[in-house]
Amino acid sequence: MTTGTMPTVEAKTATMSRRHVLDLDDFNKAEIETVLDSAEAMRGVLGRDIKKVPALRGKVVLVMFLEASTRTRVSFEQAGKMLSADVINISGSGSSAEKGESLLNTALTLQAMHADLIVIRSPQSGAPYFLARNLDCVSVINAGDGTHAHPTQALLDLMTMRRHIGDLAGKKVVIIGDVLHSRVARSDIYGLAAVGANVVLSGPPTMIPLELLRGTSEHFPASVTVEPNLDKAIEDADVVMALRIQKERAAGGLLPSMREYTRRWQVTDARLARAKPGALVMHPGPMNEGIEISSSIAHGPGSQIEEQVTNGVAIRMALLYQTLAGAAHAGPMGVEL
Amino acid sequence: MSETLLIKGARLIDPVAGTDTVGDLLVLDGKIAKASAAPSDARVIDGAGLVLTPGFIDLHTHLREPGQEDKESIKSGTAAGARGGFTTLCCMPNTVPAIDNSTVVDFIKQQALEAGPIRVLAFGAVSRGREGKELTDMEELARAGVVGFTDDGSPVATGHLMQSALLYAGQLGLPIMDHCEDYSIVKGLGINEGWVSDRLGLAGYPSAAEESIVARDIALCELTGGHFHVAHLSTAGSADLVRQAKAKGLRVTAEVTPHHLTLSEEWVLGTHGHVEPDAVVTTAAYETRAKVSPPLRSLSDQAALIEALRDGTIDAIATDHAPHTYGNKATPFDEAPNGISVLDTAFGMLMGLVHAGEIDLPTLVQRLTAGPVSVLGERFIELATLAEGTPADLVLLALDEEWQVDPKAFASKGRNTPLDGDTLRGRVKLTIAGGEIAYDGLNA
Repeated sequence: MTTGTMPTVEAKTATMSRRHVLDLDDFNKAEIETVLDSAEAMRGVLGRDIKKVPALRGKVVLVMFLEASTRTRVSFEQAGKMLSADVINISGSGSSAEKGESLLNTALTLQAMHADLIVIRSPQSGAPYFLARNLDCVSVINAGDGTHAHPTQALLDLMTMRRHIGDLAGKKVVIIGDVLHSRVARSDIYGLAAVGANVVLSGPPTMIPLELLRGTSEHFPASVTVEPNLDKAIEDADVVMALRIQKERAAGGLLPSMREYTRRWQVTDARLARAKPGALVMHPGPMNEGIEISSSIAHGPGSQIEEQVTNGVAIRMALLYQTLAGAAHAGPMGVEL
Repeated sequence: MSETLLIKGARLIDPVAGTDTVGDLLVLDGKIAKASAAPSDARVIDGAGLVLTPGFIDLHTHLREPGQEDKESIKSGTAAGARGGFTTLCCMPNTVPAIDNSTVVDFIKQQALEAGPIRVLAFGAVSRGREGKELTDMEELARAGVVGFTDDGSPVATGHLMQSALLYAGQLGLPIMDHCEDYSIVKGLGINEGWVSDRLGLAGYPSAAEESIVARDIALCELTGGHFHVAHLSTAGSADLVRQAKAKGLRVTAEVTPHHLTLSEEWVLGTHGHVEPDAVVTTAAYETRAKVSPPLRSLSDQAALIEALRDGTIDAIATDHAPHTYGNKATPFDEAPNGISVLDTAFGMLMGLVHAGEIDLPTLVQRLTAGPVSVLGERFIELATLAEGTPADLVLLALDEEWQVDPKAFASKGRNTPLDGDTLRGRVKLTIAGGEIAYDGLNA
């Protein structure tokens, strides 16, 4: 087994030491760059014949998914295995959670088994924070919590954008659709703010957080604005990101109909033509083709949707490596740059 | 056992008489008596530098018994009341079984008698089983001693039921206390709809969902001539509605909790209210001990509540003491039950308002004594005065004494407070109920 490129990885990641990855609001630009650099090196490993390096040999990574997911779970599992960690999957079905054990007791049990890191996906906002607060010696990576945050997705989005655009400062990113229920959008907002990009949110008023809709809050980055009219929002955009629309939202009273949503907020050829030439088209998946995005766009030349998936593995490798192989953990919440 | 106590040199505040003087007070045979009549063997308590007032009356306490004694019992809850200076607690009927028949009322009275001298008054349920369908036997409950009716924990389910309840209880001279939450908008959420809920990705409980039911109930109060009491009023808009209703002369009263007066939605971030505009969310966030319904509101709501308390729109301070076990709250935010354990800390929290110049001490004392009596009815007026011959329900207070909140030292079984570790200024030193010492913290 070759470890030829690992010194490069280590050199590029030597400056970061972080115990948990919960959201991007506590990442600054330098730290994001460090992760993206490390992920670029990890993409090198992904491209090899033998996709495995011994970096995390002897480390135990628990991938705990309390909500259905394929791509993110497989992505973490693959990332862990390529770094030679022992990866154990725990899913909602058949776990103690379904036998009425509290998340706290499950987590304490896993800690007592000397797990090194827990990757958690939960339908409950804040569940990863809860684990991080209650576990003394385990790292926690948020793989998506309720409608709160999805930092690894946001990092892979940033990686994808940087690969094609370079420096993102001053670039315009339009995020379209159900922002209110989107943990991806929330994390993207903070990641993009950190690297200096401008974010325009466009979607039905029932799907934009009220604080942002009212435009009165000092508590969100000033680089984020709301433009309900997608034709206006998309003008001169460098990146166009469509979010998944859950079909049950119409029944829940948040949308008149999928037809009306499609008419007003679907990313179509005509709309994309108003963006910058060569604008990137992104989607966190899984897609409803023909609803939030037309098929021709989803599979068109600007589409980065499959590259996002590849970059996702690289980002998760980088984060696993940096949280586990880094020097001894810093302080309780420590972020030392 | 009733004691003979001579409290000397305390500042005596009597909200009924409207007096605020320094003097002596004698407790004899369970009653307040003239100090000059003190027998030579009376225990003398030096009240110099301390304030003596009538014992506090809490309109809204969850004692959890019967049914949830792991959270609280009448014994532990009344001990916490005594620790907090409360000599009368009105317990809520969302017990298991609910207080919807006279047998449960009798059980509570018996347990309270065995627990000690703190007075426990029960609210009966508006609806049988608190199911929001049929009225309880209100007259039977009234004869058993309930002081009002509420389905607290839930709103009175429909406008029709509220209309009937106001009419029926009105004839008995008793209030309907409503937990005003419009379930057609939201249900059971313990965080305000605002910047913190947006930031944390949590569904929030907007002020509008409280105000729509307050407005409904005020309209029904006008229709029926009944007495509508707003439980744990929490928004600026609700305060405005009550202010208007009172100006019209309607029989509408309202209470506010110590936590809605002194804490805000920012407490859910787990940083004890200290927040920079661009602060990151830390692992302290999703603070379930700050999860309460109605939720801790915005800072501007908090200011409006203080104003409404000051100008008399809000009649009383009530704790909504809601004890839970450690395990209940050691969960992700969505799973945790609503509620804060308040009795032990109430006075220290409220004194923060006095120290900050937001409200003067006599007004605060009024809202904890005569204010609640104005909701319960004049027959309880003796509990809110220092007049000779009235029951010796008294509390001795050290306004400037600082102490650290240590939930492990609470008398309540509920240690669920977001104030854990904070320093409060203002402490209860001695609580006397019916002439008995219910709590003695003179040497604490």
